[in-house]
Amino acid sequence: MNCIKEKRQLSDNVFFMKIDAPLIARERKAGQFIILMVDEEAGERIPLTIADADETAGTISIIFQTVGATTMKLSRLEPGDSLAAVLGPLGRPTDIRGANGEKPGHVVCVGGGIGVAPMHPIAQALKAAGNRVTIIMGARNKSLFVMEDEMRRIAGDDLILMTDDGSSGRKGLVTEPLKELCESGAVDEVIAIGPPIMMKFCALTTRPYGVKTVASLNTIMIDGTGMCGGCRVSVGGKTKFVCVDGPEFDAHQVDWDLMLKRMGAFKPQEAAARDHVCNLFKGI
Amino acid sequence: MTAKERMAIEPQAMPEQDAKVRARNMNEVALGYTAEMARREASRCMQCAAKPCMRGCPVAINIPGFLAKAAEGNFEGALAVIRETSLLPAVCGRVCPQEKQCQKFCTMGKLLKDVDKAVAIGRVERFVADLAREKAASAAGKGVPAPSVAPSDRTGRRVAVVGSGPASITCAADCARAGHDVTMFEAFHKAGGVLVYGIPEFRLPKAIVQNEIDGLKALGVKVELNYVVGRTRKLRDLMEKDGFDAVFVGTGAGLPKFMDIEGENLVGVFSANEYLTRANLMKAYDEKGHDTPFWHGRRVAVLGGGNVAMDASRMALRLGAEKVYLVYRRSEAEMPARKEEVHHAKEEGVEFLMLQNAKRVLGDDQGRVVGLECLKYELGEPDASGRRSPVAIPGSEFTLDVDTVVVAVGNASNPLIPATTEGLEVNKRGNIVVDAETNMTSIPGVFAGGDIVLGAATVILAMGEGRRAAAGINAYLAKKGSAS
Ligand SMILES: Cc1cc2nc3c(=O)[nH]c(=O)nc-3n(C[C@H](O)[C@H](O)[C@H](O)COP(=O)(O)OP(=O)(O)OC[C@H]3O[C@@H](n4cnc5c(N)ncnc54)[C@H](O)[C@@H]3O)c2cc1C
Ligand SMILES: Cc1cc2nc3c(=O)[nH]c(=O)nc-3n(C[C@H](O)[C@H](O)[C@H](O)COP(=O)(O)OP(=O)(O)OC[C@H]3O[C@@H](n4cnc5c(N)ncnc54)[C@H](O)[C@@H]3O)c2cc1C
Ligand code: SF4
Ligand code: SF4
Ligand code: FES
Repeated sequence: MNCIKEKRQLSDNVFFMKIDAPLIARERKAGQFIILMVDEEAGERIPLTIADADETAGTISIIFQTVGATTMKLSRLEPGDSLAAVLGPLGRPTDIRGANGEKPGHVVCVGGGIGVAPMHPIAQALKAAGNRVTIIMGARNKSLFVMEDEMRRIAGDDLILMTDDGSSGRKGLVTEPLKELCESGAVDEVIAIGPPIMMKFCALTTRPYGVKTVASLNTIMIDGTGMCGGCRVSVGGKTKFVCVDGPEFDAHQVDWDLMLKRMGAFKPQEAAARDHVCNLFKGI
Repeated sequence: MTAKERMAIEPQAMPEQDAKVRARNMNEVALGYTAEMARREASRCMQCAAKPCMRGCPVAINIPGFLAKAAEGNFEGALAVIRETSLLPAVCGRVCPQEKQCQKFCTMGKLLKDVDKAVAIGRVERFVADLAREKAASAAGKGVPAPSVAPSDRTGRRVAVVGSGPASITCAADCARAGHDVTMFEAFHKAGGVLVYGIPEFRLPKAIVQNEIDGLKALGVKVELNYVVGRTRKLRDLMEKDGFDAVFVGTGAGLPKFMDIEGENLVGVFSANEYLTRANLMKAYDEKGHDTPFWHGRRVAVLGGGNVAMDASRMALRLGAEKVYLVYRRSEAEMPARKEEVHHAKEEGVEFLMLQNAKRVLGDDQGRVVGLECLKYELGEPDASGRRSPVAIPGSEFTLDVDTVVVAVGNASNPLIPATTEGLEVNKRGNIVVDAETNMTSIPGVFAGGDIVLGAATVILAMGEGRRAAAGINAYLAKKGSAS
């Protein structure tokens, strides 16, 4: 179990992996995630979204960006290697219906950077439920886009690419087309997944138009079962645990500033650990 | 020996690491009796005909019986007596609140007018269990007893045990001994429940818990880690699709309560569960080799007065804090923690702030904790629990200079299984409702026990529940067997 079946590098620091996890593949639904450990004794537990699953083959796919020690160690593993632990599927599945309750409508999916990966199963399911799906993908530059083809297959002409430097699609931030779409009045619901700061600004953009906006939060976690409270956020003035109450919440109710601060809690230690692993890999 | 002679034997003090030294290391605080000390302490027992001590032990260990054997130096015999009713003596000898249980009723303590001078039942219990474990380890190279279920005694029935805390360990062992095919499912990557993620190494070495898990495996119990029942598989599917004939739910009280005060989500505020899990299970303190970061608190306030609060405050010292306050809104007499832990915490330098309570957490513009505003309290009329309830003194606000706050005000039961299992009855506090005799829940074939039923309780109570549920399961399966 937990054996890596396939690995691809999607860009400089983004990787795709297929992992043998038949029990998770069988139960998982769009929007759910796993927690994995690379090594048993010294490892850290990190959450990653299930980007796709194949129940017959018994595999799940993850797409991750190397940002720190654990994702870096993960990126060094090869097909045939096994992970020390894979736990899941965790979190509440996305509530996939038509955008207007049972009636299909127009849903805008905003994926920033690596956030496009977790968006994929959700966009797919929304489309299958009969909604019109517009996808806005944003990245710093062209080389950082992941899953562009897959997303085009879902959204067709309703795929909007945005880059900070204009190297692909339009130059600018994802919030610009989002605002235009809201202004045109044809949007029933927005789903945003990406860096917290992007999700915060998506929420600010849609708020004046009163468009229902959902964000998938990516806080720091340990157990993923509601036991530690490390993943807690404030939503509508109430404390919620992302791992069991989420990961999706009403983006207009989330206290984004507090969440951003909490996510930076271990920055110095994380930076030290990352440098340590970097040096190990460089052989220094 | 006459009663008088027994009374004259000096109570045997527990050898301990020096308070200053131990406050900065993770090694066990209490070092354990020598054989001679154990014999002497056991010989203080007067073999009272009425056995009042047994009434105080939740699993009614035959205390005078095992003490008599220990007093003769027959430590194996003593352990055999304990094992008739208890499965985890090395653990319970260490963590039972003896002064409220067995030792509370001890005649010797009564005669000497000091519960601390009662026969140290727990310490002798610990000694005989440790001795047997060490012997087995040196004999076999590891501390695992041989499997004791003959193939001819196997029933072919399958039992799923959810969780791996003391309730589940006990239930799994008793079901396996009855010849059932038992699989234990644990969400974490290590088995043992609170014994591994909550109670710190310096109070309960993890090797002892691992030894119990190895013992289960030797009995033929399969242990599936990283498996969340309710998510990886629904409870009903375990029975309906995976062919389990009975299920035991021992998922504990793993839902941290917060105080619901301003600033509680600031950076630097932790639940005790998170704080202790980072340190115990994820070994975050060992920075050389472990990836999970811990919070370098310099000045720490721990809120609460139970065992969890004691563990968190003593852990904070060991993680390098310069100053640790324990803030509790009642007085020390009402503190639910084990007396010995309170004593140890004080010795190690934790400062106790009694009759005070947190009002709000103060943060800087980075959202980091810079202080804790507290209120002073006084004791008012006794409340429903019989304890005098604390009343805030208006205008008594003051600020503690801290950069870390650990909230240890209790745990509610984890709602994951009730929320994903249709028809599983819970009470209004979220505890699973069970039959008092068999521990069967509202779903036939599904049993429950431990903290998920009792609310946050104790190891020995959880163990007792696991025993009762196993008896319930064995009876249920026997009936089912003859019916089909
Ligand atoms: C429900 C959920 C789903 C997620 N899905 C994915 C996914 O599909 N693909 C993916 O690449 N990442 C995903 N993440 C984020 C991923 O968990 C983190 O990137 C990972 O924990 C970083 O671990 P590390 O040890 O490599 O880096 P660390 O050393 O822990 O962190 C390095 C840097 O990343 C930041 N960081 C730490 N934790 C997180 C976090 N949880 N989210 C964002 N930034 C963080 C830190 O502030 C730090 O600057 C998800 C997070 C959650 C909670
Ligand atoms: C810090 C601390 C100190 C304590 N000190 C003492 C003490 O000194 N003396 C004393 O007597 N008691 C003490 N206690 C209380 C005692 O530890 C508990 O009462 C006891 O452990 C309860 O046992 P349990 O078997 O019910 O559950 P737990 O020990 O809580 O174990 C439950 C297990 O189930 C797992 N689980 C939960 N949900 C699922 C799921 N859906 N699927 C699979 N697995 C799941 C959890 O991960 C956990 O491992 C302390 C508790 C804490 C937290
Ligand atoms: S199990 Fe606990 S209460 Fe019972 S005799 Fe041992 S220490 Fe005392
Ligand atoms: S009450 Fe005390 S002295 Fe009497 S039998 Fe029990 S342990 Fe011995
Ligand atoms: S990760 Fe521990 S409660 Fe959510």
